[in-house]
Amino acid sequence: MQRIGVFVCWCGSNIAGTVDVKQVAEMLKHEPGVVFSTDYQYMCSESGQNLIKDAIKEYDLTGVVVCSCSPRMHENTFRKAAASVGLNPYMVEIANIREQCSWIHKDMPVGTAKAVILGRAAVAKVHLNAPLTAGESPVAKRALVIGGGIAGIQTALDIAEAGFPVDIVEKSPTIGGKMAQLDKTFPTLDCAACILTPKMVEAAQQEKINIYAYSEVDSVKGFVGNFDVTIRRKARFVKEDLCTGCGLCTEKCPMKKVPNEFNCGMDNRSAIYIPFAQAVPKVATIDASYCIKKKTGKCGLCSTVCGVGAIDYDQKDEFIEQKYGAIVVATGFEPISVEKFDEFAYSQSPDVVTSLEYERLMNAAGPTSGTLLRPSDKQHPHTIVFVQCVGSRCDAKNEKGKQYCSKVCCMYTAKHAMLTREKYPDTDVYVFYIDVRTPGKNFDEFYRRAVEDYGVHYIKGMVGKVVPENGKLKVQASDLLANEQLHIDADMVVLAAAIEPDKSARPLATMLTASMDTNDFFTEAHPKLRPVESPTAGVFLSGMCQGPKDIPDTVSQASACAAKVIGLLSKDKLTGNPCVAHSDELLCNGCSSCEKVCPYGAITYADKEFRMPDRTTAVRRVAQVNPAVCQGCGACTVACPSGAMDLYGFSNQQIMAEVDAICK
Amino acid sequence: MENTNLKERILEISGVNPRKCMKCGKCSATCPNYDEMEYHPHQFVDMVEKGNIEPLMASESLWTCLSCFACVERCPRSVEPAKLIEAVRLAVIRAQGGNHLKPQDIPDKLDDELPQQAIVSAFRKYSK
Ligand SMILES: Cc1cc2nc3c(=O)[nH]c(=O)nc-3n(C[C@H](O)[C@H](O)[C@H](O)COP(=O)(O)OP(=O)(O)OC[C@H]3O[C@@H](n4cnc5c(N)ncnc54)[C@H](O)[C@@H]3O)c2cc1C
Ligand code: SF4
Ligand code: SF4
Ligand code: SF4
Ligand code: SF4
Repeated sequence: MQRIGVFVCWCGSNIAGTVDVKQVAEMLKHEPGVVFSTDYQYMCSESGQNLIKDAIKEYDLTGVVVCSCSPRMHENTFRKAAASVGLNPYMVEIANIREQCSWIHKDMPVGTAKAVILGRAAVAKVHLNAPLTAGESPVAKRALVIGGGIAGIQTALDIAEAGFPVDIVEKSPTIGGKMAQLDKTFPTLDCAACILTPKMVEAAQQEKINIYAYSEVDSVKGFVGNFDVTIRRKARFVKEDLCTGCGLCTEKCPMKKVPNEFNCGMDNRSAIYIPFAQAVPKVATIDASYCIKKKTGKCGLCSTVCGVGAIDYDQKDEFIEQKYGAIVVATGFEPISVEKFDEFAYSQSPDVVTSLEYERLMNAAGPTSGTLLRPSDKQHPHTIVFVQCVGSRCDAKNEKGKQYCSKVCCMYTAKHAMLTREKYPDTDVYVFYIDVRTPGKNFDEFYRRAVEDYGVHYIKGMVGKVVPENGKLKVQASDLLANEQLHIDADMVVLAAAIEPDKSARPLATMLTASMDTNDFFTEAHPKLRPVESPTAGVFLSGMCQGPKDIPDTVSQASACAAKVIGLLSKDKLTGNPCVAHSDELLCNGCSSCEKVCPYGAITYADKEFRMPDRTTAVRRVAQVNPAVCQGCGACTVACPSGAMDLYGFSNQQIMAEVDAICK
Repeated sequence: MENTNLKERILEISGVNPRKCMKCGKCSATCPNYDEMEYHPHQFVDMVEKGNIEPLMASESLWTCLSCFACVERCPRSVEPAKLIEAVRLAVIRAQGGNHLKPQDIPDKLDDELPQQAIVSAFRKYSK
């Protein structure tokens, strides 16, 4: 028989406000096995913990029930307290009488009755608890960063700085991400390339960093400290170790009509290409869907001109297998497609552009070499209308847009408007806004400068429609403060398109068993207190893949993420969770039901010999759980038709005992 | 100026929740008949929410709204202003007692030049 102590917490008035804690302690005193029962204002406080420790010693307790907040809050606190006086920590159970009781009831008698029942269930469970010991697993001292934008680069640099090797897997031919496409950056207006390319070069030169560009994660197995990852290096048809990035091939390639993604398709590139001058690695890539040699077998010009013999038309995808202790997701974002908003005529006129396209039109390496020209006739625009919130802040029922604020567009629109007025003072610039959202250091000052010093016309209202007519864009909009409908003949319209996570993020999340929200942003372990960790142990989040943010926020988060990874990699061993599944081989019939439901791939099967009643032996296939991989989710225990799967610490018997106690 | 009963009736008829409006003005930016309306679609939403409905009921705007539903189509918050305008119009028609347009009147009024949409909107507007 266990000797159980019960400790009922008031949590100030959080619990005591709707639960008569004294009565709960008194009622539970009469449960079988309970030798001590008391209440206290704050069980989690130093003195509250001492109360538990003293009682364990004085009454020789073999089990403890704390009626308090959710086990997610303080289970660890109380387990540690018990362990410090020699009681196995897994002999401590929490009855959640706060989140699941006092906070959701208004009526004291109802709350009190329920608290007693929850306490009784925990007591019933403790009767069947057994001491458990956690195992240990080693930590592979290498990190994987998926995505080589500014987020991934910063995280990798910080981890490498601490001395741990890092691999960056980037799906496009170069690292750099969206920031490489930006012209100047708010709020300081320094040129994006000038601050980004030194970081790209540093990543390339840092000995501990290995860049797998034009590569993707193919599969992920394992668990925190021990991930087994397969990386697919897509065939570039150019030998990365030989190519010097001289670019001769790109000049000679006769296939020059490929939409250039770096300039948002506003000009063309050749079939063999280097995305931009500062690309890292600076290596050519053959775009097989356009290459004449790959499509027809003829041509081969690039191979002829390449002085180092780097071209290899028969190159195949390569697979690399590597062990990692930690994985960082830094897959960033894409602007949404604005074609579906036909009111803005994006598909009808080349002079209606997105803000990212506008960045390229302003940039010296862009399609117009940095002179702002209308795409349709290459003339200088005199009136430009900017529209904010295109596809952001929409109602849930609106199928075209997103519900969230994209956070960066107010600031970059102010930047575009300001830069335009600075360079072309003869241009009239209108910005239509619903709200101007510029919280942040020096952000509102920046926006006010656009209005006050640069004379940008900020108008509270939305654009309702844009009609291309006689070389102009007829813009119909509302000025809500003047209660007027405006009609503007514009030369260009710039749409601040909402941002969304990269399309590849969802399948990646499935591979990593990392959770996402309904918008496909990765979810953090706790929105306030664990913002750079995914709920999946060993998976960390960096940059826009977790939610909209600008470069300052991205870089801060990237470094925070690195700190967490370094913390993990500096450990030699990780303490596991002893509450894992195990199969009763005598009951298991090898049906595979458990293997199919296990989200972590922890279950395998082995053929084992069994003695049969008539002294014969039989070989049967039985399930086996890898305790290092099992996360104790319990999915297999309910899937098993023969009741062979059970969880330590949450056995079927323990759960039934709790249910019985509740229904008593 | 809160007129709770009237407001509730209008919300019930229209099924619109004016609190969803974020005051972006896209409805009024879209409206093809803006200049002919004393109160514009975003004002309908705002005034109904405030219970300030009598001025709307007395306004010509009820009848100048084309019922084209452009504002409904474009509103990012799915507020559906034209449905609200329609509901106020219905409240007026019902208060006056009687349809202005009965189905049997239509054949006489038909005109080859008249677009189908106009007949449909007339029906929306003048009958209960
Ligand atoms: C028009 C515009 C203007 C802006 N102007 C400014 C500004 O002036 N100042 C400012 O502070 N911020 C600005 N921003 C915001 C800025 O672009 C972002 O904050 C920043 O780029 C986020 O970096 P990231 O690394 O998280 O994402 P990204 O830059 O999107 O990088 C993600 C990287 O991951 C790669 N990737 C994606 N999926 C995978 C996968 N499955 N496997 C491997 N690799 C993958 C992508 O190819 C990419 O290289 C602007 C944004 C826009 C749209
Ligand atoms: S940042 Fe500004 S423009 Fe972008 S969605 Fe939010 S409010 Fe709209
Ligand atoms: S409890 Fe079962 S299903 Fe869950 S991780 Fe462990 S073995 Fe897999
Ligand atoms: S378009 Fe919709 S959200 Fe915007 S002002 Fe009109 S009713 Fe309100
Ligand atoms: S339905 Fe009426 S208010 Fe709405 S856009 Fe058409 S005319 Fe304007």
